[in-house]
Amino acid sequence: MTRLLPLPVVLPLLGAGISVVVGRSRTAQRVVAISVLSAVTVLSLVLLVHVDREGPLAVQVGGWPAPIGITLVADRLAAIMLAVASLMLLAVLVYAIGQPGAERNHVGFQSVYLVLAAGVAMSFLTGDLFNLYVAFEMMLMASYVLITLGGRRDQVRAGMTYVVISLIASVLFLSAIAFAYSATGTVNLADLAVKLQDVPDGVRSGLAALLLVVFGIKAALFPLFFWLPDSYPTAPSPVTAIFAGLLTKVGIYAIIRTQTLLFPGDTPKALLLAIAGATMLVGVLGAIAQGDVKRILSFHIVSQIGYMVMGLGIFTAAGIAGAVIYVIHHIVVKTTLFLTGGLIEHVGGSGRLTRLGGMVRTNPALAVLFILPALSLAGIPPLSGFVAKFALVDAGVADDQYVVVAVSLLVSLMTLFSMLKIWTGVFWTRADEEPDEPGHPVGVLGGPVLMVVPTAVLVTLSLAIAVAAAPLYSLSLRAADDLLDPARYVAVVLG
Amino acid sequence: MSVLLAATAALLFAMGTWLLLQRQLSRIIIGVGLVGHGANLLLITSGRRGVAPLIGTADESAFADPLPQALVLTGIVITFGVTTFLLALAYRSWLLTKGDEVEDDIEDRIIGRQGALDEEVQDHDVADVPGGDTEPEPAAEAAP
Repeated sequence: MTRLLPLPVVLPLLGAGISVVVGRSRTAQRVVAISVLSAVTVLSLVLLVHVDREGPLAVQVGGWPAPIGITLVADRLAAIMLAVASLMLLAVLVYAIGQPGAERNHVGFQSVYLVLAAGVAMSFLTGDLFNLYVAFEMMLMASYVLITLGGRRDQVRAGMTYVVISLIASVLFLSAIAFAYSATGTVNLADLAVKLQDVPDGVRSGLAALLLVVFGIKAALFPLFFWLPDSYPTAPSPVTAIFAGLLTKVGIYAIIRTQTLLFPGDTPKALLLAIAGATMLVGVLGAIAQGDVKRILSFHIVSQIGYMVMGLGIFTAAGIAGAVIYVIHHIVVKTTLFLTGGLIEHVGGSGRLTRLGGMVRTNPALAVLFILPALSLAGIPPLSGFVAKFALVDAGVADDQYVVVAVSLLVSLMTLFSMLKIWTGVFWTRADEEPDEPGHPVGVLGGPVLMVVPTAVLVTLSLAIAVAAAPLYSLSLRAADDLLDPARYVAVVLG
Repeated sequence: MSVLLAATAALLFAMGTWLLLQRQLSRIIIGVGLVGHGANLLLITSGRRGVAPLIGTADESAFADPLPQALVLTGIVITFGVTTFLLALAYRSWLLTKGDEVEDDIEDRIIGRQGALDEEVQDHDVADVPGGDTEPEPAAEAAP
């Protein structure tokens, strides 16, 4: 089993290479990408089942022993994230193939997309702080290319902001690694967890804060979120969907990993909860002010990140379990919403609410595909968002954190309001203005088959999360127990 | 020696930060380069100093720590790659806009103007100015 552990990273990289070689044939590229991502998906599901039954896995790449060599670790959290991410990567790739635009127009799309997949997988699996940096860079470099692939003026403008802000985060990350190394003499996460115990409290808190800032930029926490709603909406829909679903969540994963493993209890609870509340509130208020489908959804990414940090801030097993199940729900639902947003733009010829209208009559299938994840995002029972929010609120009340619970409920209401704003603007009212470009004819399914089918599959998946809430929650609870007991992680890696 | 290196790193960070706060893309890129070098220097100083770590050439306890050097090499390559990409992007931006400035987000300006419009409307209500004023449609201006 341990031999399979590096494959989710190696396979996509290999696929990216092959994809460049067969660049002349778009069909061959598609076959390579889809088969690689299918293999990774199957592999990650097998890994998840295995890790859940048998406990965490660790492998020392190249045979160098732990604190020196490159370590890959899969515990429950990493396996869950990897499985959900692989599913999304596969679904969005199929959607991208179906959509006229990004994938068809550029020979490099498939290979860059596979590099992104490898970077995401490595960020989840790595057991080494410096390797996490390399994985981030791999993922970000691919995302820089994907966001500017069209080369349009607004893409270049937004891409510039995105690249510069990510670079600053990377430089800060590198500085944090330098400080951590000079304080402890290691960059291995498990080794750091042990050695940081002997480091003075002030130094440890400083490192915790610096890493929180670094990952906070990547995850778009308040007050470091401003770059996200600016840059994401300009990219093609499948690219925005995968960024929305995965990139910020890699940041959240890194925050959860470092705060639980390296600095348990070093960051004040009140600080994390205040950040969580502010992130939720500012994100949703920003969303309400916007008038474009993708921009509204982009602000909601920020708002939803707050919920995950809230779970971490509560820092009980129930709280972290709530954060984990929220991440699962959010990745699926947010990706779906952006895919639906892409369909709306494709069919209606614009993303602005004033230039769209009446789609509930012309395109009822699309209306269903939008309203289910939208209500789920707002947390309406019995959809997946309700399950996840209920877990968080329950954990918050059990820990007497009434303020943040109240904020989270208020934000849910406002989320519902802004989702209904899209609903009325796109589906109910008449269009006030002409769309930017002529839309495409509506088929039986409500759009091109390859775009609608992956979206429908993801909507079904989000419904399945609600149905399978009990086993998923107990899985999250087991993952949270793992996270709250760093000794287990250390034992697996250092032997 | 390491005080000198630390001071250099601090200086690079300071200059880089100042350049990053400018509006010209070329300055921002130079700023990114400087800050990146600052971080690389910081990483080098984090290890133990000593002679070159070649087994057999000296006593092993006198060796410099080779790990940060390996790390910094990776760091340099990554910073180099991203800076190159950034330069290409800046060139593209110059081709498209014939300017070196970071542009504003148009959508954001529209949203910002909506608040001002609301205030204007209220002012009109109070003064009760009859017709004739041409209220700029915010969405119409959005079209590039």
